Amino acid sequence: MTSSSADNAGGVHAAGNQPPRTDSGGADSAGGITDAGGTVGTADGPPPEEIRAIPVRHPGRWLAALVCMVLAAQFVHMLLTNPAFQWDFMFDNMFTEPVLIGVRTTLLLTVLAMLIGIVLGILAAVMRLSGNPVLATLAWLYTWVFRAVPRLVLAVLFGNIAILYGTIEFGIPFDHYWMPLLGLEGEARIFGIETRTYLRGFTAGLLALALSEGAYMAEIVRAGLQSVDRGQTEAAQALGLRRSTILRRITLPQALRVIIPPTGNETVAMLKDTALVAYVPVTTELFFQLNNIGARTFNLFPMLVAACLWYLAITSLFMIGQYFLERSFHQGERGTTVPTN
Amino acid sequence: MPVAHGHPEATPSSENMVVAERVYKRFGRLPVLQGIDLRVRRGEVMCVMGPSGSGKSTFLRCVNHLEKINAGRLWVDGQLMGYRQKGGKLYELHDREVAAQRRNIGMVFQNFNLFPHMSVLGNVVEAPLQARGRRGGTRSQIQQHALELLDRVGLANKARAYPRQLSGGQQQRVAIARALAMNPALMLFDEPTSALDPELVGDVLDVMRDLASEGMTMIVVTHEVGFAREVADSFVFMDEGVVVESGAPREVLGNPQHERTRSFLSKVL
Repeated sequence: MTSSSADNAGGVHAAGNQPPRTDSGGADSAGGITDAGGTVGTADGPPPEEIRAIPVRHPGRWLAALVCMVLAAQFVHMLLTNPAFQWDFMFDNMFTEPVLIGVRTTLLLTVLAMLIGIVLGILAAVMRLSGNPVLATLAWLYTWVFRAVPRLVLAVLFGNIAILYGTIEFGIPFDHYWMPLLGLEGEARIFGIETRTYLRGFTAGLLALALSEGAYMAEIVRAGLQSVDRGQTEAAQALGLRRSTILRRITLPQALRVIIPPTGNETVAMLKDTALVAYVPVTTELFFQLNNIGARTFNLFPMLVAACLWYLAITSLFMIGQYFLERSFHQGERGTTVPTN
Repeated sequence: MPVAHGHPEATPSSENMVVAERVYKRFGRLPVLQGIDLRVRRGEVMCVMGPSGSGKSTFLRCVNHLEKINAGRLWVDGQLMGYRQKGGKLYELHDREVAAQRRNIGMVFQNFNLFPHMSVLGNVVEAPLQARGRRGGTRSQIQQHALELLDRVGLANKARAYPRQLSGGQQQRVAIARALAMNPALMLFDEPTSALDPELVGDVLDVMRDLASEGMTMIVVTHEVGFAREVADSFVFMDEGVVVESGAPREVLGNPQHERTRSFLSKVL
């Protein structure tokens, strides 16, 4: 770029003096280029030599790399010399049994909450697009409420759900009103569960996270379904497929291409949000455990670093999984873009 | 399904495959069809032409109830499309019943609309496999039939390919095979060659010509004048939501009576 015209000329000549694989004298082909002018003479004579220009220089990149390297060196130096890190202490405590149980709980919560969330999301998205006004409104209300309330608040709320319901019973609704009218006594209830026994700790936390996730997934799935060309639905209708079949066989499979990447994002976000269930409370969760060790030993900072490293490690694991998932999914899509629409 | 005998003076006779009576359709406040009266006999090939926005595609989509008409009546194979008429009242048909009616009608789209996530064979067997409970036939019988259809359109060797690996003309021929898989009594073609490179048009028209010679009832919206003149039994020219002129293709194409038809054909021919 910045080299003088003499340099440029030199470059061209140098390239001309070392013809690549094409034999035939360099002078000959160079002459061909200038002489050919407007005529197209590809049939006779060898093709012109390949272009070997000197690349544009990027001094800015070198400068940026230098600055980054200095900053990185400073950071590593700080990691090694700052006594607050106490690496030995951190590594000694990072893999103790309570922490590993915490890792297990966190992983379990993430996977289960995402699975339930995805199912809820598909359900809500289909309801939203169903054309049934009652179901569509219901789905909209669900999305509205659960996207509005922070996960932290949901976690605390579900931890205290026993205040609202001592037991949750299943049966025919409003039995206290209609049974006396019919002259009957007792209750029309089939079975009940003790909220205090079952809907607490892990289950309550899982429910809070899954319901919240379902609301986000509903929007992702809806966007995916709407991204599928309308012609696909019409072609399927014209073939005499029923609406439910069209969704299952035609629209949803094509929507997955759009749904999968943001779902990976959601999974990573969920992994981090599992820390919130400490407020349910769920004491076996990863961050709670690490924080606990820090508080007990009055040595908090190394445990916070340990938390960062654990989350980083698990997220990396998820990213590898997502990479393979997307790759296997795109196997059917590889090649040029689909020319159908 | 019982034959709808709603209209005493215009009972759809068995010789007619399609009967349209004063069909009106509007999108919002925009009128698109303003009283279409058409009859297509069994085994007839009807070509429909007209400027864009004349309502010809919309009419085709009304025939298989992809669009609901606002007024008038439309029968296909003796059945009122999309409704059941009982005691002077119209009852909307359930999704399941409309689907059953559509299985009797094949449709081919301008943009092919093949399912990109299924192989060519998968595209063709999808509808028969889903309808298996009602029509019978084992999976292998259905596959065999699908392969025969693909052979008929000259693409038996592409059964395992995916739509994106095919040229436009090949995709459209697969779409025709897919539409034939349910053994429909009527085929609708919505500008089947308009999205194709000129040199690929011929193969698709050849397949349609074969189909016509085998006695298939067809309504073809097209700008291929040569095809219309050679293959069609009747020709319809539409403009602004009405049938301007109709008759034998040679007469209408050779000696158009209306000014509108004349000016349009002078640009197409």
